[in-house]
Amino acid sequence: MSDKEALFSKKNLRLLTDPLGSKNPITVQVLGICSALAVTAQLKPAFVMTLSVIVVTALSNVIISLLRNTIPNRIRIIVQLVIVASLVILVDQVLKAFVYDVSKQLSVFVGLIITNCIIMGRLEAFALGNKPGPAFLDGIGNGAGYGLILIVVAFFRELLGAGTIWGFHVIPEGFYNLGYVNNGLMVLSPMALITVGVIIWFQRTKNHDLVEENK
Amino acid sequence: MENIINLFIKSIFVENMVFAYFLGMCSYLAVSKSVKTATGLGLAVIFVLGITVPVNYLLENHVLQEGALTWLGPQFANVDLSFLSFIMFIAVIASMVQLVEMVVEKFAPALYSSLGIFLPLIAVNCAILGGSLFMQQKEFLNIGEATTYGLGSGIGWFLAIIGIAAIREKVQYSNVPKPLRGLGMAFIITGLMGMAFMGFSGIKL
Repeated sequence: MSDKEALFSKKNLRLLTDPLGSKNPITVQVLGICSALAVTAQLKPAFVMTLSVIVVTALSNVIISLLRNTIPNRIRIIVQLVIVASLVILVDQVLKAFVYDVSKQLSVFVGLIITNCIIMGRLEAFALGNKPGPAFLDGIGNGAGYGLILIVVAFFRELLGAGTIWGFHVIPEGFYNLGYVNNGLMVLSPMALITVGVIIWFQRTKNHDLVEENK
Repeated sequence: MENIINLFIKSIFVENMVFAYFLGMCSYLAVSKSVKTATGLGLAVIFVLGITVPVNYLLENHVLQEGALTWLGPQFANVDLSFLSFIMFIAVIASMVQLVEMVVEKFAPALYSSLGIFLPLIAVNCAILGGSLFMQQKEFLNIGEATTYGLGSGIGWFLAIIGIAAIREKVQYSNVPKPLRGLGMAFIITGLMGMAFMGFSGIKL
C-alpha cells in the first residue's frame, strides 16, 4: 500500500516543510550548529554552504535508505561516515572547480560537512527506517531548514556588519555621513551565536510548544 | 621549545576550538547540562585529539601529499592523493575512537563506565575532524608541533565545555524569559563567553 503512495502525498510534503519551521534542525533539533555559525559572516558563502549541505543530506539519505537492509547494525556508523565522506569529496571538488574563491573562504568547513550532525542525525533517525523516496524529501527538507537559518543569520550579519548584501552596498552613503558606522562586532564569531540565540527566542515566542520548561 | 609552548598556549586560548571556530558545538550544547558529564566528555576529547592529530599528520605527510610517496620509489613522486584526505582522516578517527574505547574498557573499566556513551559519539564530533583539517592547513614542521596542537585544542575545548556547564548550572536558578530557556540561553551564554575569549585575540606569542 505504501508502495503506491504518491511521492508528493500530504504526509511526504510534511517531511519537506516541517524542518523549515517546527522541526528546524538548528533551532529545535540542535543539529549542525558548528558550520552554521562559522560560515555566516557573509551571504555568499552561506548560500554555497546551504546548497552543499542540501546535496549531501539528500543523496546520503537516499543511499543509506537503499542500503538500509544490508548494513550490519554494529558497523553502521563507519558505513555512514564513508558514504558521507565520499559525497563530501565530490562536493568539495565541484566547489574547487567552479567557485574557487568561495571554496577558499569556506576552508575546512566543507570537509566538516562530514561530521555535520544534521547528516548523521537524519541518517540515524530517518534514512535507516524509511524508503528512499521519503528519505530524499527528508534530506532536502532538513538541508533547507538548515539553510534557512544560515541565510537569515548571514543576512543580518552582513547587513549590520559590513553594510552590504551579497557584496553590494545597500546602506546609502548619506547614512555614513550622518555618523552611521558598521558594527564590526557582527562580523566576529560571538555575534553569530547571539544572533541564533535571538532567532530561537523569536521562534519560541511565536510557537509556545517549543518552550523548554524548568531548564 | 619556545615555539612549542607558544603554539600550545595559542591553540588553547587564542584559537579556541569552540569560541573562534565553533567546532564541536553539537555535543558542546547537548552535554553541557552538568559539570560532571562535561568533564568526562572534555577529557575524552583531549585524549582523542591528542592521538588523531599526530596520526593524521603522519598520514598527510607520508601518504597523501603530492610527492609524499617517494619513499616507495621514484616513480611515485608525482602521485597526489590529497583529495582522499577527508575520507582517510575520518577513517582514522573512527577507528582510533573504536580502539581507544576497547583499550579503556579493558584497562580502566571505571573510566569507561563514567564516559559511557560519549566515547563513540566523539567520532562524529566536529572538533576532532576540525583539528586534523586545521593541522593540514597549518603545515606543521614536525610531529611534535602537530601533537602539541592536538593536545592544546583539546584542552581549549575542555575548558570551554566546563565553563559553560558551570554557568548553565547556575542559570537554572535565575529567572530567564520562558522562550529563551534552555537552548536559547545556551547560545547567548556561549556568545558572551566568546566575547570574553576575544580578549586573547591579537596576542602575539
